[in-house]
Amino acid sequence: MSTVNLQSPEVQIRELRLGSITGYEGSAEDLVRCSHAGGLRDSARSFSQCMGCSSGNALCQLCMVRDAAVVNHAPIGCAGDFAGYNFVYRVGQMERNLPPVNGRFFNTNIEEKDTIFGAAQRLADTVREAYKRVHPNAIFVTTSCASGIIGDDVENVANELSEELGIPVIACFCEGFKSRIWTTGFDSAYHAIARKLVKPAQKRGNRVNIINFWGSRIFDPLLNRLGYEADYIVPFSTVEQLGHISEAAATIQICPTLGTYLGAALEQVHGVPEIKAPPAYGVAGTDNWMRELGEVLDRRDEVEKIIAEEHARVLPKLEEYRSRLAGRTAYLTAGAAHGHAIIALLRELGMQVSGAAIFHHDPLYDNGDERSDALAHAVRTYGDIKSYNVCNKQAYELVNILSRVKPDLMIARHGGMTIWGAKLGIPTLLIGDEQFGFGYQGVLNYAERILETLDNCEFVTNLARHSSTPYTKWWMEQDPYTFLGGSAHVGQY
Amino acid sequence: MSVSIEQPRFSCALGAQQSVVAIRRGAPITHAGPGCSYKIHGFLGQGEGYAGGSTIPCTNFSETEVVYGGEDRLRTVIEGALKVIDADLYVVLTGCTSDIVGDDVGMVVSDFAQRGVPIVYAETGGFKSNNYASHETVVNAIIDQYSDRYAPGREKDPGLVNVFASVPYQDPHWEGNLEEIKRVLEGIGLRVNILFGQHSEGVAEWQRIPQAALNIVANAWVGTGIAAHLEEKYGTPYIHFPYLPIGGVETSRFLRRVVEKLPLDPGRADAFIGREEARFYAHLERTADFLLEFRYGLPRRFHTLLDAGYTVGLAKFLVNELGILPGQLFITDGTPEARQEAVREQLRHVSDRRSAEVAFSADGGWIQEQIRSGGNKHRALILGTGWERDLAAELKADLLILGVPVTYRLILNRGYTGYNGGLRLIEDIYDHALNTYR
Repeated sequence: MSTVNLQSPEVQIRELRLGSITGYEGSAEDLVRCSHAGGLRDSARSFSQCMGCSSGNALCQLCMVRDAAVVNHAPIGCAGDFAGYNFVYRVGQMERNLPPVNGRFFNTNIEEKDTIFGAAQRLADTVREAYKRVHPNAIFVTTSCASGIIGDDVENVANELSEELGIPVIACFCEGFKSRIWTTGFDSAYHAIARKLVKPAQKRGNRVNIINFWGSRIFDPLLNRLGYEADYIVPFSTVEQLGHISEAAATIQICPTLGTYLGAALEQVHGVPEIKAPPAYGVAGTDNWMRELGEVLDRRDEVEKIIAEEHARVLPKLEEYRSRLAGRTAYLTAGAAHGHAIIALLRELGMQVSGAAIFHHDPLYDNGDERSDALAHAVRTYGDIKSYNVCNKQAYELVNILSRVKPDLMIARHGGMTIWGAKLGIPTLLIGDEQFGFGYQGVLNYAERILETLDNCEFVTNLARHSSTPYTKWWMEQDPYTFLGGSAHVGQY
Repeated sequence: MSVSIEQPRFSCALGAQQSVVAIRRGAPITHAGPGCSYKIHGFLGQGEGYAGGSTIPCTNFSETEVVYGGEDRLRTVIEGALKVIDADLYVVLTGCTSDIVGDDVGMVVSDFAQRGVPIVYAETGGFKSNNYASHETVVNAIIDQYSDRYAPGREKDPGLVNVFASVPYQDPHWEGNLEEIKRVLEGIGLRVNILFGQHSEGVAEWQRIPQAALNIVANAWVGTGIAAHLEEKYGTPYIHFPYLPIGGVETSRFLRRVVEKLPLDPGRADAFIGREEARFYAHLERTADFLLEFRYGLPRRFHTLLDAGYTVGLAKFLVNELGILPGQLFITDGTPEARQEAVREQLRHVSDRRSAEVAFSADGGWIQEQIRSGGNKHRALILGTGWERDLAAELKADLLILGVPVTYRLILNRGYTGYNGGLRLIEDIYDHALNTYR
C-alpha cells in the first residue's frame, strides 16, 4: 500500500509509515537482513539525552522558499532555530549571488492563557500580520507540541486564511513529541508542499528535480551534458517553481533520508520517475547510480562514456590515496542514508570502518523498493560492519564507544558530536555540504580532506590534554549499551 | 503592534537551562520534547559548556508520555543521569508537554532529594514566560531546594555579597560582564558569590548564598525577584542598581552605592575607585582628540534593540562619556508592564540635562520598520543583534552586535561592564566605525 496520501492533512510518522527504528546494536548485515525479513523491533533507552525534533527539520526545508513566509505556531522557544536557519539562508544567498535578505519567520508566542483558551486567534492574527509585512506567495504554518496538545484546529485556520488572503496558507504538522525520528519533519514539509503547492503536470520537460539541502550545484555539468537542467529543491526555490516540479523528467535525491517522501509522492501522484539507486558515493555506488540515471533519462550510451572517462580520470588518483589511507580506522556518526553513503566512501578509500552510530534506520523508503537500501548496498559491495549502532545522537554512548575503539579518525554529520572525538584527541571531521562527497570527484574530495584531518592533529592532541569530561568514571567503564533495553515498546523513546 | 514575534531575541521559559549550564559542574535534566534543549542551545551560546548542548539528559517526551504521563520516564532518566553525568548539582526543568499534561515532577524529584542527592526542579514549560523571567524561577528554585539545605546554623558573613546581574547566555557577554563585576567588588574589599561562570567557585558559592550580608542586583528588572525572595527568606537586604554599570561614571556610582550599604573600609574603597577612574580616564583623555578631530564622520546617534539592563546602561555611558546621543530606543526583553515605568524613568534622566524616549516590543520585525522609516540623517550606531545586519547596511549605520543572536561574532570572555568594559566598548564602537573606510 502506498505511504503517500495527499488527502490527509498530516503525513504518518516514519515509525508507522516505514517501520523505522532508533535503537539497535549489532552488525550491519543482521540489520539489513532483518529489515528485509519483516518489521523491525525497536529498542528503547532507559537513559537518554536530548535529540532534535520534527519541527526543526520541517523548518529547514520550508524557510528558504524565497517568496514564502513561515509562521511557527508555538511558544517562543520553538523559534530558537530561526536565527540559525536564517544564517544558512544568507550564506546560501551569497553563494548564489542573491541580494541579502532575512528570512521572514514569525512565531505566534503561545502563552499560558492560550493553553487554556486555545491559540487559534493568535495564529490567525500572526498569519495576517505576516501577510501584511511580507506579501508572500505562500505562508507555511508549522505546529508545535503545545499547539498540538491544546488541540488548535490549525488546518481549519490555514484553509480559511487561504481564502481570505488569496494565497496558499499551508499547515505543516510537525509536533516534536509525535516522532522520535526528527527526519519525520522533512516528510511533514514535503507533504505540505505536495498537497498544496505542486500542480498537476501540463507537460514533461527536460528538468530534473534535485532534492537537496542547500548544497553546491554539482549536478549541472553532468545533467547539462545529458541534455537536462537541474532544479535544486526545496531551499532557494520559489512557490511558482515548486508548483511545476511535477513536470520534471526525473527526481534525484541527494539523500533518501531527506527526500524519501517527496521522491515517492512525485512518482506516485505525478509520474515523475525517481532514481532509486542509493546516492552516488564511492566508485561502485556511483557507477550503479549513473547507470540508473542513464536508463531513466534515456541516455545510456552517453552515461557509459562518462563512466569510462571518469574512471580514467579518477582511478589512478584514487589508487594513490588508497595507498596512503590503507589500514587507517574511522568511526562514523551521521544520519541514516548519508551515513551509509560515507561508510561506502570510506571503504572505497581502503579505510577500515571500526564502527558507526547512525541516527535511525528506515528498513524501506516510501518507494517500497529494496534497491534503495543504501546500507544493503554498502554491506554487499564492501562487506559487513560488525559494530553498527542505531542511536539518535546519544552522545554518552558515542563517548563510551570512542574511548574503547580509539579510531584514527572520527567523522560526524551532525552538530554536537565532533567535540567528543576532539576531546579524546581523535582527529575529527565534519563536512557540511552533502554534495561534497557525491560522485567520482566526491571520493577524491573526501580523501583529500581526510588526509588533511589526519595530518592536522596538534589541535586535538592539545585540546585532549586540557579537556574535562562530564561523564563519570563509572560510565566510561560500562558496556556502551547498558541503557539500551531489548525489545522495548516502540512508542517509548 | 502585533502579538507575534518576528526575529526572536529571547527564548522560552525552558531557556533557563542555560543558567544551569553556566553553573560550574551544574547539569540540567530536561523533562521536555525531544528538540527543545537543542534548539535553545543553538540559539543561546556558542558551545556546549560543561554539560549543555547534546549532553543534556532529556526524557524526550513522546506520544506515550502525553497520553499516560511522564513521571516514570522522568524517574528512570534521572536515575541514569545521576550515574552517567558527573555533576555537583542537577536541575530538572519541565517543558510545555509536561506542564500541560500535569506531571507531578516535584514528587519525583523530592524522592531523590530526600536521599541527599543535590537535585532540584522548576516548572519552566515554554509558554509560562520568557527566559529572562524564568532565570529568576530557576535561581529561586535552587535557593529553596538546595542552598537552603546549608542555611541552618550558619551566621551572616559581613564581607560577603551575592550578585545578580547578567542572565547567562541570554547575555552573550555574561562571562566577561560577571568577571568584571566581581573584580570591582573585590577591589573595594568584598567577597563575592558571582554564582555563574569560570570566576565562580561553583556550588560552594550557592551553598553560601544564605550567609551573604547583601544582595546586589545590577539589572533593570531581572534578579529583583530573587533579591526580594532572599530578603523574605533570610532577611538579607538588597540594593537594586537598575542597569549594567558601564564605564567610569556608572561603575563608580555602582560601587559607592554598595559601600553605603555595608560597613566597609571607606579608605580602601575610595583608593580603589580612584585608581580605576584614573586609569579609565587616562585612556579616554588620550583618545578624546581623535574623537573630536576625526573628520570623516563617526556615529552621532545610537539606536538600541536590546534588553532593558543593557539599554539603560549603554545610554548613560554613550551620552555622558562619548557624546553619542539617543536615537530610537527599543527594549526587546519582554519587560513586564509593571516594571516599564521605572525603566522609562531612568531614561528620562539619561544625563543631568537630557531625556530619552523608549518603546517596549519583542517583535524585532516591527522595530526594524520603525528604525528604517526614521532614516539616518545623523550617522547612527545600531546596538542590536545579528538580525540587524541588513538594516545597518541599508541605513549605512554602524552595527555593534551585543545581543542574541550574535551570529557574526565569537565571544569568549569579552565583557562591557565596569571600567574595563567601558574601555572595551569604546574600542569596539570605533573599531567598527573606522572599519567602514576603505
